[in-house]
Amino acid sequence: MTELDEIDLALLRALSEDATQTAGALGRALGLSQPATWRRIKRLEEAGILSHRVLDLDLEKLGFGVTVFVGVKLATKGRVSLDDFERAVSAIPEVQTVEHVLGFYDYRLRVVARDIADFERVLRRRIMTLPGAGNVDANVLLSEERRPGPLG
Amino acid sequence: MLDDLDRRILRNLQEDPTQSLPDLADRLGLTASRLSRRLEKLREGGVVKGTRAVIDWQALGYAVEVSLRVTLDKTNPRAFDEFIPAAREIPEVLEIQTFLGQVDVRLSVIARDMAHYQALYRDRILQLPNITDIEALMHVARITTRTALPL
Repeated sequence: MTELDEIDLALLRALSEDATQTAGALGRALGLSQPATWRRIKRLEEAGILSHRVLDLDLEKLGFGVTVFVGVKLATKGRVSLDDFERAVSAIPEVQTVEHVLGFYDYRLRVVARDIADFERVLRRRIMTLPGAGNVDANVLLSEERRPGPLG
Repeated sequence: MLDDLDRRILRNLQEDPTQSLPDLADRLGLTASRLSRRLEKLREGGVVKGTRAVIDWQALGYAVEVSLRVTLDKTNPRAFDEFIPAAREIPEVLEIQTFLGQVDVRLSVIARDMAHYQALYRDRILQLPNITDIEALMHVARITTRTALPL
């Protein structure tokens, strides 16, 4: 992908808010024809900038009352234990994201649970027993907002 | 209340939110009209909030991603109310989360490179009000991103 112009940025902004908008509707809002809009979206997808679509669900209404961010420090380091740890942690269904980070912790996990008691179960039985897991800290999410990012 | 069919619909849809209604209906063994009534109910009830596209910032040239864990000065009762609107003014801040625990606020920040990050950190982040401590976690790799909930 070479240079993005203002229309590309506006398309990214619009689709990151609501990906169900049609090329026709987006085009009308931006003063473009439907095929021209479609071509631009296609180009952004092919460049990997528009990566995928996600369904936004209300966690609480689905019974997931708590989201917890867990920082994990590995007790022992080494190539083998990293792979083992990553494989095991990725297999826990309540773990939504696993990020390898550099800093006070080695991994950052986003975990969903029904309630605090359920989280405690996941933490004790699944996370603290992970191969190589050392120090663990947990922060319960109270609020979250997603910003549009630097799109002009 | 959600029943088993609702959960099956959501399980399938969250795996691929772009699939067409007839395809999804076919996969679930439902008529398209029954599926669309169910989906309408899930939307009206606020269970399904929408579908959004994810931007790959790395593909857009933002190579650096940092998670900043911020502790605020709680002796100021307006610490959060002053900090959060100011953080929203920084375009490179992608997420603002508040927590119960050791960390008060977490900012997810992107930058084009380390020089850009350093400039952002000095000129924008450190200027935010009521900070008592910041701890930075530099993002190395995303190992797993599950878009599906264990429904």
